[in-house]
Amino acid sequence: MSLSVTALPRARNYEALPIAIFLVLALAPLAASFGAETYLLGLFTRVMIYGIAALALDFICGYGGLVSFGHAAFVGIGAYTAGIFSAHGITDMAITLPVALIVSALFAWLTGTVCLRTKSVYFIMITLAFGQMIYFVAGSLSPYGGDDGMTLKLRSTLFGFPVLQNDRALYYAVLAFLLVSYLLLRAIVSSRFGRVFRGARDNPTRMATIGYDVFRYQRVAYVIAGCLGGLAGFLLANATEFVSPSFMSWQRSGELIIMVLFGGIGTLHGAIVGAAAFLLLEDMLGGITENWKLIFGPMLVLIVLFARGGLLGLAQSVWERLRRG
Amino acid sequence: MAEPVPNPVLRIENLRKNFGGLVVTDGVSLDIKAGELHAVIGPNGAGKTTLINQISGTLEPSAGAIYLNGEDITALPPNKRAELGLARSFQITSVLPRFSALENVALAVQARSGSSYQFIGRADRESALNDAAMEALTEVSLDARADVLAAHLSHGEKRALELAIALAMQPKLLLLDEPMAGTGPEESERLIVVLQKLKGRFAMMLVEHDMNAVFALADRISVLTYGRILASGPPAQVRADPAVMTAYLGEELE
Amino acid sequence: MSFTLLIVQTLNGLQFGVLLFLIAAGLTLVFGVMDFINLAHGVQYMLGAYLAVMFYALTGNFLIALIAALAAALLLGLLLEFTVFRHLYDRDHLEQVIATFGIILFLNQGVKVVWGAAPLSLPIPDMFSGTIVLSPGILYPVWRLMIIGSGLAVALLLYLLVSRTRVGMLVRAGATHARIVSALGVDIRRLFMIVFGFGTMLAAFAGVMIAPILSVEPGMGDSVLILAFVVIVIGGIGSMRGAFIAALLIGLVDTLGRSFAIDILRLVMPPSPARTVGPAIASMLIYVLMALVLYFRPAGLFPAKGR
Repeated sequence: MSLSVTALPRARNYEALPIAIFLVLALAPLAASFGAETYLLGLFTRVMIYGIAALALDFICGYGGLVSFGHAAFVGIGAYTAGIFSAHGITDMAITLPVALIVSALFAWLTGTVCLRTKSVYFIMITLAFGQMIYFVAGSLSPYGGDDGMTLKLRSTLFGFPVLQNDRALYYAVLAFLLVSYLLLRAIVSSRFGRVFRGARDNPTRMATIGYDVFRYQRVAYVIAGCLGGLAGFLLANATEFVSPSFMSWQRSGELIIMVLFGGIGTLHGAIVGAAAFLLLEDMLGGITENWKLIFGPMLVLIVLFARGGLLGLAQSVWERLRRG
Repeated sequence: MAEPVPNPVLRIENLRKNFGGLVVTDGVSLDIKAGELHAVIGPNGAGKTTLINQISGTLEPSAGAIYLNGEDITALPPNKRAELGLARSFQITSVLPRFSALENVALAVQARSGSSYQFIGRADRESALNDAAMEALTEVSLDARADVLAAHLSHGEKRALELAIALAMQPKLLLLDEPMAGTGPEESERLIVVLQKLKGRFAMMLVEHDMNAVFALADRISVLTYGRILASGPPAQVRADPAVMTAYLGEELE
Repeated sequence: MSFTLLIVQTLNGLQFGVLLFLIAAGLTLVFGVMDFINLAHGVQYMLGAYLAVMFYALTGNFLIALIAALAAALLLGLLLEFTVFRHLYDRDHLEQVIATFGIILFLNQGVKVVWGAAPLSLPIPDMFSGTIVLSPGILYPVWRLMIIGSGLAVALLLYLLVSRTRVGMLVRAGATHARIVSALGVDIRRLFMIVFGFGTMLAAFAGVMIAPILSVEPGMGDSVLILAFVVIVIGGIGSMRGAFIAALLIGLVDTLGRSFAIDILRLVMPPSPARTVGPAIASMLIYVLMALVLYFRPAGLFPAKGR
């Protein structure tokens, strides 16, 4: 990665883009009501849900240098928690959401304890392996649909009220979760904790010799990211009213990394843009040909080879070139 | 050989380190008193950096013991040693390239002022941290460059920044691993002045090839060859030691 | 849990382990020498299988199909190396992961377009079809023994190549001191091409050998790739010996775990929950093993020095 100032967003036009992103998301349902409402609402709900997962990944990957290739595992854990509870008739999110977060945190803590003791490429492979483990475990849960997954009888309720039953209500609930996640991570990144975490990416040995136990800080960050992944999964189960092992396949983990990279790594709001870009592109290419991966695969290669700052970085350099004339 | 000092800041007893069959630290014992600047010199490959790495905890010794202010730190990880007041600079510059000079130092201040498990509130706006960091930067004459990214500092400035980071830790013992390495004559003059100013405030162990610096700064000098201490004493005594002359100093002392 | 079954499953585990070794060996070589994490290694295994199916359909001769498939896989691999991979060697791991992920998407979809999504199969060569009597009452398929035998032969060959030849010396040095090797004036680009081509052939060979007993289908390389990662992580990245031992370990643990988990659980719990929990536990075993190994030895069982 080139040594650009990604540690903290630059002060100016730093607020404009995130504000624009959230404005667009807040107003999208109004525009959608003129067109194919259910379709667009559904698409943008998914964009925001994957946005939460990608945000979390950008946090550990872009700020901590921890390239996790198993982040979809947390999405799966969150989704299955909702699904399993629902299968037993428990849908109140006052119970199910905290449990989903706790289970995700626990998994992050346990696997983090192992993978954070290792370095760089080991970390990629081990997170990948743990992700695959959860994938296979979910596939072997025959009471809960095994490989085929299962449908949810009911979306989550809150204190008995079916607050998410309406698609629009779900949309705005997801938007609220996204906004809170974004603000939370932004605060963490520039906090004392975040500064130590960022420092550990730059130079862990230096951080240790000035007195920080790098491993513990990284593990806490990993748990935070895991929780947000679980939150995304919980919301995804509600949005699709379905859970399946495919939520946590290693391709999903790869796609989350792609989203982060698309938006420009280490920017947070870029992860939301990246999620939107990825899902819209998938949708668009999928509309052209069922073999869209034949186009998308080489596209990824080209982006890595030629557009190193992600789509936003690419847009920015094009914009600057235009302005200079 | 060194006569035992009462209550040394650093005491190393019979330290040994081997990599496979290769012995790089061969029974080193050494004491550093409070306020003393103890230089360790020796030809390349004598095991100087290996020694510093064992003291700071990034390398585990094969045998022997290390005490910091009487406490056995031989088995402690680097971060715990730092908490006990041990700071170090690296031979190969080791700063945080994506952070400003000020933040590099502020992180060291932060490590010893309150919990770092604070998840909200901008750390770069905590004036208590920034003020202390600025103070350390001023001591190494880097205050004018506080807002520059460490990656963009000149080599000499990075060496000074290393020193500022160490200062901000308010150490009891400072290990300096070739602070002059790669700096020009002017910059090393400046660093010598800075170190001169710091002398006496805390114990220092200086590993250095620049003999001007060593003889200008050291209270005691130990000569390390093949992982062993060949001679140890005040500069004049070491300079006159015939064994040292033949083994190492000869040409460089002309 | 009969004795016969135990023997048969142990052999199956060995066979699986040998297969994993063939894939992991290339992966660990490429990573050790070039510091390049190649997710597309799994699709090269898949390509080997598909190419063998294709050449067998054309020629009707397994041996010719094997040789032609290896040659074609090597060509395709070198083409990829030339067009994409060599531009990634000095990039960071994240970028390598994304680009090779793109290659996976492309090739998995590509084989679907060329050969269809339905599973294909390759017949076992007549000479090696049928079973052999290992001891009275224990029959075992000859082809699986062939896989074990040829895998062990390849392992021996690799050992000799790495320990006795000049290229092998460079590979060993490269795994620990990449910079020194390039400073020695060795044409590092050519060394990389040789190592990469060799790794590709090993993966393709594994694909061809397994094709007669597994269905050949898009995506067949993906799960194997992840298992190969588990293998090299346990063995220690860059270590051939580590890869060999870890591959056999994983092959045995996974195979035996899957066949006996339910039976073992039934010793301590009623049959019905055992049938539910057994498969879940069996599918976790190797990952738990990996976690345990790494907890105590973060750099694997045989860490390459200097890394």
